[in-house]
Amino acid sequence: MPTATINGKDVQIDAEGFMTEPSEWDEAIAEVLAGNIGIELTDAHWKLIRFLREDFAKQGETATTRRVQTVGGVPTKVQFELFPKKPAKKMAYIAGLPKPKGCV
Amino acid sequence: MTDQPVIPSFGDDDESDRKLAIICSKGNLDMAYPGLILGNAALGEGVETHLFFTFWGFDMITKSRMGDLKFTPVGNTATHMPMGLTPMPGITGMATKQMKKTLEDLDIPPVPEFLEQIVAAGGHLWACRLSADMNKLTDADLYDGVEGIISASDFIEMTEGAQLLFI
Repeated sequence: MPTATINGKDVQIDAEGFMTEPSEWDEAIAEVLAGNIGIELTDAHWKLIRFLREDFAKQGETATTRRVQTVGGVPTKVQFELFPKKPAKKMAYIAGLPKPKGCV
Repeated sequence: MTDQPVIPSFGDDDESDRKLAIICSKGNLDMAYPGLILGNAALGEGVETHLFFTFWGFDMITKSRMGDLKFTPVGNTATHMPMGLTPMPGITGMATKQMKKTLEDLDIPPVPEFLEQIVAAGGHLWACRLSADMNKLTDADLYDGVEGIISASDFIEMTEGAQLLFI
């Protein structure tokens, strides 16, 4: 498993660059990851990222955009505005979680 | 170990012109979902997506019917039920109820809500002109997210260069 130094911290990543150990993530890392893909994190982004982290801790699976809407309370449209084009994958990347597996 | 982290490619830099056109021609509950699921997935991957509803698929966007699509095991050998039993009274209702419950348990939205999600994700819904005329339906009868009633040639023109799925 390759590792990378993000914000001065050694973390494990997969071949694509997604973090593989959710416990190695912290909020400072999220800022760096977001910057890597051209996103500046606002409160709205943080609300969503914190939901993803909490939900993953409970479910052991990354929430899909559908779940972020129904359980997290962030409408689909807003998700696309905050994380343009590929919201599910971008959110997961910044939150240090695996890509969601669900179809919907 | 590398000093420069690998950054996933989300395709933001390349101006992708990938487009997907899905023709939904079936009005059964089970056949409504493939188009909705694939269209929704394409939108989540940043693909411009158009859905065209025609013939029986018109039920998916007709307000009075979209929430009441049915699944029937009649003639469907993949249900592995004895075919002679499938036309019995009540079977279609039971099978529909069961399928709806299975979908709900997996948090797959009902058809109207799924269309809402697709529109929110930037998807385009189009109604077939001939189907509207045959059923004597107008814009007022259709789901609000439908952008227009268009002819087959309008749709073909609009989806130039798109990948196409016929369901």
